[in-house]
Amino acid sequence: MSVNESLDAARDKLLQRAAPDRTEFEDLVIVPLFAFAVALILGAVTMLATGVDLATIGRSYVALLVGSVGSVNALSETLVAAIPLVLAGLGLALGFRAGLFNIGAEGQILMGGLAAVIFGFTFSALPFVILMPLSLLAGALTGAFYAGIAGWLRAATGAHEVISTIMLNLISYRLLDYMLSLPWVQREGRADPVSRSVPDAAELPRLLEWLDPNLRLHAGVFVMLLAVAFVYWLLFRTKLGFEFRASGASPDAARYAGMHASLIIVIAMATAGALAGLAGANQVLGVLGRATPGFSAGIGFDAIAVALLGRSHPIGVLFAGLLFGALQAGGRQMQVDAGVGIDLIGIIQALVIVFIAAPLLVRAIFPWGFRNRQKGTHQ
Amino acid sequence: MNGAETLQRPNAAIDLGARRRTRIVGAILILLAAFVVVVLGDAPGDATFRLSRPRDIWVLPDLIVPAQPFIYIAAALTAFLGARQFLRGGGRWTTLSLGLGLGLGVLAFLVWATAGNAFSLTGMLQATMVRAVPIALGGLAAVMCERVAVVNIAVEGMLLAGAFTGALMGSVVGGWGGLLSAVVIGGLFGFILAALVVTYRMDQIIAGVVINLFVLGLTSYVSSQVFAEMRHLNNAPVFRAIDIPLLSDIPVIGPMLFQQNIFVYGALIMVAVSTYYLFHTRNGLRARAVGEHPRAADTLGIDVYRTRYLHVTIGGMIAGFGGAWFTLGSVGRFDENMTGGRGFIGLAAMVFGRWHPVGALMAALVFGFTDSLQQKLALLQTPIPSEFLAMAPYVATIVVVAGLIGRARPPAADGKPYVKE
Repeated sequence: MSVNESLDAARDKLLQRAAPDRTEFEDLVIVPLFAFAVALILGAVTMLATGVDLATIGRSYVALLVGSVGSVNALSETLVAAIPLVLAGLGLALGFRAGLFNIGAEGQILMGGLAAVIFGFTFSALPFVILMPLSLLAGALTGAFYAGIAGWLRAATGAHEVISTIMLNLISYRLLDYMLSLPWVQREGRADPVSRSVPDAAELPRLLEWLDPNLRLHAGVFVMLLAVAFVYWLLFRTKLGFEFRASGASPDAARYAGMHASLIIVIAMATAGALAGLAGANQVLGVLGRATPGFSAGIGFDAIAVALLGRSHPIGVLFAGLLFGALQAGGRQMQVDAGVGIDLIGIIQALVIVFIAAPLLVRAIFPWGFRNRQKGTHQ
Repeated sequence: MNGAETLQRPNAAIDLGARRRTRIVGAILILLAAFVVVVLGDAPGDATFRLSRPRDIWVLPDLIVPAQPFIYIAAALTAFLGARQFLRGGGRWTTLSLGLGLGLGVLAFLVWATAGNAFSLTGMLQATMVRAVPIALGGLAAVMCERVAVVNIAVEGMLLAGAFTGALMGSVVGGWGGLLSAVVIGGLFGFILAALVVTYRMDQIIAGVVINLFVLGLTSYVSSQVFAEMRHLNNAPVFRAIDIPLLSDIPVIGPMLFQQNIFVYGALIMVAVSTYYLFHTRNGLRARAVGEHPRAADTLGIDVYRTRYLHVTIGGMIAGFGGAWFTLGSVGRFDENMTGGRGFIGLAAMVFGRWHPVGALMAALVFGFTDSLQQKLALLQTPIPSEFLAMAPYVATIVVVAGLIGRARPPAADGKPYVKE
């Protein structure tokens, strides 16, 4: 087995040199396609195991499709769900490129969203053109600060960001609960922890209200596209982006080349946090209109999957975010139409990532899908 | 993007960071002392700590502490440790000073909260032990994996899987069957993790995150889809406490260590056994060799892949046992995401405990202490909002990891896949 493996590895390497396009195509298109197909099949198996009959399974997958791309409303919902996933996913992708495994998007989203809400209702007298952008900025800056704590700890003391960001997540839930019960944040006359509403002048305007007042697609979609362009520019067209990628690829080489490793870590974490904070601000200013306990609803964790699926590339993250947005929107339809719990989407998402992150596994399951491998097994 | 690789820190960076770290520890301690004086300074009356319960055979008198003087002395000692650390920066003293300072801070806080009141120390220590169990087992599971150089972020998911299986199988076939199934399922996820990272060479942190996502999705799905309708499937028996004769009558220590259920005894035995195994047996030495230098181990004829599979699976079984604590050891019922980050705190306990089973247990006791402190303080009605008390263990984790990590060295090959030549 070991001999075969090493032979395979050597052949892969050689073939990579000979035909890079073919391998790249397989990695970028065939592996995700197979991953998605296997995840759907295993999702169906899970449903079967919990006593869901075949007709309902069929109906739920139809609902998944219809609910994500089947109508204007479905497309709008898909985009609404994709916006925060892409924004937070871009932040995480940036961190991955710099060699930082930031699990803390969830907390950064919560803190950013809370800051945007508070800024919005505190300065509600300002006009829309000033208040809305500044509220977004408040969210981004707070997210940057919150992530910056983990970055600083890593740079100054070497505390690993995986543990510190997880702890910051857990702290953020409590901090949010506490803030929401403060008299100047809590909505008047409410006993439960709910913030005051975002004033109209701070809301991201709905884009398709003229078509149907129920369509929730909001201006955050432009923020998302701008962010994709910005991260692309930052990573691949600037010196800072090069330093991120260099210190991610080889921290030692980057240090010997005279880059300030600590500073890069802090800036990369802060930028990632700013994007996650922006995602939180988008949620409260565009969809929710207020902050409630745990309003991030796991977006920060799904965003990890989005960043991995998108191979930490801004364009890839955009498509991965759209796919996950579609799964979310379709999942809700599935719950309504077929009565299958939306948690099933979580299982499918996890399975997609397993197969994406372990291309060897997909190649082992589907040897006939990959030309290189197939030749290898027959020889 | 390779997260696992970043777990390694070059030695040069540690040396450079060492001086700064002692400074930071010093500054933290001075701040802590200032906090103790400013916030806790006003504490009239005595704090009474009960060391025995009315029905105990050996009754110790209550411990009565004059609150105000104690708090000022604790603050002065903390400030002294901090200043010494900040000015002289003694390398070997950093960890000890931080531990002592934090301990004094916690004691001062406890005295302040109890001032003019009475408080059962025995009850709190007993709760500390109980709450430390899942964290200690999570930490121990992570130690077993990291000693063979597999980073196991999936401890959280394995705990959750154990909790779920314990509730489901416990309801169907009874407590012992539930416990056994939880261990088996934990081992299964350990085996899956090993397969993903050893055979398919997936990034270890990604594999762990994925297992966490998967278990969370699966258990939440089943509990909303099945448990909501069939409640009898989520109603497992709970293991009661078993008193150990004679030993359980010792004051303070007896209730803490010898009036507990099988999860506490199991955790203590596993820590002892795994310490002996890792550091005093031939196979343990081989396992550690695989974690430190897999190439050398391979050359000497140790099967690196097999060793990793075996230990990660055992780690998963330990985590499965720890997960069963949440259902079979406490409430008998599974709730969505009921582990609530205990697995991650277990990872922090492993780092805090320097990749040693006993160290992980000690660290888990510290976390269990802050956890139970929060519960007990809610009863004393302190003016501090409960949210901040709930944050305390997490803040403590960050402080501890930031203060210690440079001095604790992970196994040299930790997080790296091994490819045979």
